[in-house]
Amino acid sequence: MQGKFTDNLGKVYGIYTLGFLGFFALMAIFEQLGAGARLIGIMFLLFTIAIYALIGWLSRTTQVEEYYVAGREVPALYNGMATAADWMSGASFVALAGGIYFGGYPYLGFVVGWTGGYVLVNSLMAPYLRKFGCYTVPDFIGTRYGGNTARFCAVVILVVASFTYVTAQINATGTIASRALGIPFEVGVWFGIAGILVCSMLGGMRGVTWTQVAQYIVLIIAYLVPVIWMSNVQGFGLIPHFGYGDAVQRIAELETTLGVGTAPTEKFAGLNALTTLHNSPQGGYDSWRFFTLALCMMAGTASLPHILMRYFTTPSVRSARKSVAWSLLFIFLLYFTAPVLATLTKLQLLDPQLATSVIGKSIADVNNLAWIKNWVAVDMLKVVDSNGDGILQINEFFMRSDIVVLATPEIAGLPYVISGLVAAGGMAAAMSTADGLLLAIANALSHDLYYKIIDPKADTKKRLMAARILLVFIGVAGALVASLKLTGILGAVAWAFCFACSGLFFPLVLGVWWKRANRQGAIAGMVLGFLSGALYLIYIQNGGTQIAGLDGLRFGIIGMPVSLIAMVVVSLMTPEPSKEIQDMVDQTRLPGGKTILDSAH
Amino acid sequence: MSDENAQSEQRHWEKTRTLTIIVLVVWFIFAFIVPWNAKALNELSFMGFPLGYYFCVQGSLVIFVALIWIQNWRQDQIDNELGVKE
Repeated sequence: MQGKFTDNLGKVYGIYTLGFLGFFALMAIFEQLGAGARLIGIMFLLFTIAIYALIGWLSRTTQVEEYYVAGREVPALYNGMATAADWMSGASFVALAGGIYFGGYPYLGFVVGWTGGYVLVNSLMAPYLRKFGCYTVPDFIGTRYGGNTARFCAVVILVVASFTYVTAQINATGTIASRALGIPFEVGVWFGIAGILVCSMLGGMRGVTWTQVAQYIVLIIAYLVPVIWMSNVQGFGLIPHFGYGDAVQRIAELETTLGVGTAPTEKFAGLNALTTLHNSPQGGYDSWRFFTLALCMMAGTASLPHILMRYFTTPSVRSARKSVAWSLLFIFLLYFTAPVLATLTKLQLLDPQLATSVIGKSIADVNNLAWIKNWVAVDMLKVVDSNGDGILQINEFFMRSDIVVLATPEIAGLPYVISGLVAAGGMAAAMSTADGLLLAIANALSHDLYYKIIDPKADTKKRLMAARILLVFIGVAGALVASLKLTGILGAVAWAFCFACSGLFFPLVLGVWWKRANRQGAIAGMVLGFLSGALYLIYIQNGGTQIAGLDGLRFGIIGMPVSLIAMVVVSLMTPEPSKEIQDMVDQTRLPGGKTILDSAH
Repeated sequence: MSDENAQSEQRHWEKTRTLTIIVLVVWFIFAFIVPWNAKALNELSFMGFPLGYYFCVQGSLVIFVALIWIQNWRQDQIDNELGVKE
């Protein structure tokens, strides 16, 4: 191949995609020849991780601009794919469909929130931050507001939000690795972190970018193929996305006859019985729950540094905007598929007219199904006969919500090779997000804390060395915390969004959109917003009464208004920013011209 | 010349701001107002879906995607017209 790597992206990733599909076909043939499910799962994980590691090694660099922002030469389309992988975590991949299955209408706030947030990113943030030319998000705060205190506050919030998030991702890689490779969870976590660090340590943002593109391709194939295949096998249509309205209505009928909503009489830790109706918004309080969740997730999207920093890597302001558009399109592909998966899987289990149904069948028959046996064996599913009538009722069937994605191929009777593909996709989703988060933390600490605050005279070599050491250190710390299994995956993810929007949303937005915003205001906004949100979380975690139904998933609703009011009031009480700073804001708003910060900053 | 520049820069920002406000209004409607009223909208049917449900799982998402593409197309026009593109 001729020319630079970036000139040949289409060719490289085209060959890669064909290679992956070829590998998939090969595994399917292996299965026909008698290879076991276990072997296929192992092959899928090892093959994909080996490729990511290879890309990470090929992207190694010693240039500061390449390490921090991939040399600012990532075309919009590819940055869109990388952002989509960065964005879609193990939680989106594994837990989202299950959440929709069990959570009903209020849970759909995640679906709307995690897509609509990109409108905010595109309108308020990405083009302006790209024009600024910063390396990290605290870099923007530090330069726009001036002074080390503001920079330091931004670093602290970034680290808290991203670290909360990254432990959940490392946890997810550990879960997937331990199940596919048959090793204990605690070992799986270290296996996961090793894979993650190989991708990011040598090449920084450059390595992470090109592995994330590869990971997006794997994860989207792994999400769409099983759903479409299942739909065809079970007769729900060629592309089920536009025609499952009947299934939604059929579920509503079945919910009445099967008595969905009857509380189970037994309880099993980590397992749920279906008690929430699939589509039954009640208005009022229900609408409030949806609104608050969606708002926190959207504002969080627009404040999470590992997402914002992806838009620093494009060649221009215009391509930064374009890549937000691509990002959302690629993310949309997964998010509009998750409800299809949740709905069709539910129908398959509930509808007595379908061969796959289990509810209403005899307990003995259900216990004999191969897929039920598999998941009961790993304690992720439970069938009990609470009322002793020998028939499985809806409130006698318990499962972990992750199963909806992981077991769908088995429920629908698809070959094992699909399960291997799903494992590889989940691993890609968790690894890519973990990589982005670890890099966001390590870069903020090395660039903003070490270089800008502690040792401004450090040379390039020393700065990059510091960045890499911090990366390993934080990765190991994340793995240690993950192996303690403190919170569920989804809970930790929602916390990260709420931390980010409580502390960073308004200081970032007003930095561009309100010239009068000054240092004192920004510091007040960050500190008070973040603290009020965090203290409220601690308060309700320790049994405090929730205000207006705001739980741990929604504490940004407390933090954000505090942050906004504090920032506006304190800004107006203190002198306006200097003429220099105000001119800088004017320049930030123009797409043309030089960036505010040059590459040697 | 620099006066003219300053003027077109000012006009550019005004137009950008107006566009952004329009986009955020559309966003607000489909992100919050429509899902808030899902119960009432479910009385209507669209492609076999209850309408409220449809918006939460697909309709609003499609609108977000389209909204960003349209916004960028319009923003490019504004940038070109006022000579502030890169």
